[in-house]
Amino acid sequence: MTNSCVELPAKRGFSFDLCKRNAMLADKGLKLPPFRKTGTTIVGLVFQDGVILGADTRATEGPIVCDKNCEKIHYMAPNIYCCGAGTAADTEAVTEMVSSQLQLHRYHTGRESRVVTALTLLKKHLFNYQGHVSAALVLGGVDCIGPHLHTIYPHGSTDTLPFATMGSGSLAAMAVFESKYKEGLSRDEGIKLVSEAICSGIFNDLGSGSNVDVCVITKGHKEYLRNHMLPNPRTYVTERGYSFPKNTEVLMTKITPHRERVEVIEGGDAMEE
Amino acid sequence: MEFSSETRQNSLLSSERGIQRTQYPYVTGSSVVALKYKDGILMAADMGGSYGSTLRYKSLERIKPVGKHSLIGASGEISDFQEIMHYLDDQVLNDNMWDDGNSLGPKEIHSYLTRVMYNRRNKFDPLWNTLVLGGVKKGQKFLGVVTMIGVNFEENHVATGFGNHMAQPILRSEWHENLTFEEGVTLLEKCMRVLLYRDRSAVNKFQIAKITEEGVTISQPYALKTFWGFKAFENPTAGADGSW
Repeated sequence: MTNSCVELPAKRGFSFDLCKRNAMLADKGLKLPPFRKTGTTIVGLVFQDGVILGADTRATEGPIVCDKNCEKIHYMAPNIYCCGAGTAADTEAVTEMVSSQLQLHRYHTGRESRVVTALTLLKKHLFNYQGHVSAALVLGGVDCIGPHLHTIYPHGSTDTLPFATMGSGSLAAMAVFESKYKEGLSRDEGIKLVSEAICSGIFNDLGSGSNVDVCVITKGHKEYLRNHMLPNPRTYVTERGYSFPKNTEVLMTKITPHRERVEVIEGGDAMEE
Repeated sequence: MEFSSETRQNSLLSSERGIQRTQYPYVTGSSVVALKYKDGILMAADMGGSYGSTLRYKSLERIKPVGKHSLIGASGEISDFQEIMHYLDDQVLNDNMWDDGNSLGPKEIHSYLTRVMYNRRNKFDPLWNTLVLGGVKKGQKFLGVVTMIGVNFEENHVATGFGNHMAQPILRSEWHENLTFEEGVTLLEKCMRVLLYRDRSAVNKFQIAKITEEGVTISQPYALKTFWGFKAFENPTAGADGSW
């Protein structure tokens, strides 16, 4: 009968404890630091043999571009990829979580993952958090049933579409799709249309920019074309190069990478069972 | 002396009452899209007037000729557009009364509209419109925009409201100098079709207006063909039972 405090297991999920205090501070005029959002244009379309996903590569923190070349097409399963728009942390966390859940499911069932499985896991999670997890996703993949393309909104609703766009540049990209999409596109036509839609977002939306990433998923095969197009190259690089101040003493111009200190025990005992 | 003290009293009173004259639009028109082509200006707008979320009026003419050389298209509050037409009719009448062989061209009308909109905005009583003004005078083509806060500019292709988000990307990539009339109409129809699909306040009843050195032609209302026959729309959740 010791007087020790009982350690409660850590509460799972998002802790809403500080919401009241945040609301009180906001009333007093304190502004929250801006979230790192991905601004974004993300698109997907279904073509003859599968699904093509596309995304731009700009991540913004308010008015500043904080990452010029981020990856917005996330891996979910060997045959399923997911583009994410909204708060960068939310899209990363949610897709990684569902990706690991899918892998465990694959081990359990011994089968290839289905797109509807990913869809249901994502929408359950997002609905549970009532829109506070600000992730808007375009999920695409090819499974044993066929090619699928879905959009998932932060509050948990989903759509099944032949072509879809999300993010701040979605209207510019949708303008391209609505005027040029037709069924039964070939692979090259599909990639060209997706690139055109992302470029439309890049050049007409301030929240999107830099490069175009494309991912082509077909039955049994996928191609992740990172930086498929670079329509915003750095046009001016100074020729002067770098110069150190005159008093600098250069000791060595060889770069030696740090090595981790790992102690390797040769011939140690096997791990006890 | 008395006059100034009176006005001072009045201004004190009005600040107590806290007069605010920012309005809210009631009957609104959606986007207008316009571009310069070889012979002049092409402008397109649908004929819908929404009353909040109801599509109340379906035969509103939102493009009107002004004088001999200009065409005005308006989106936003319809009653304010009618008021602007009233002011413009006065201007054109006055101009005719001079009878000096000169007539108001698009640049002059654009300048006049800018002044009107900006001064109303300064009095916190704006005319809730975005106006597109196009015209040709003495071979010079002109296409410009005036917004409700008095922002004004000239461009080769313009769009208002939702058109800025959906039609401008298309125009930016596909417009070029010296479009023929047919190419211009095709391009405008492409923009209007996208707006028809994706703007909730659009109606499938359009007018395309053309202005050249010869004069103004406003087409009869017509509808665009839309395509809904995607295989994926027929049974969208065939592979994903329980979702939509």
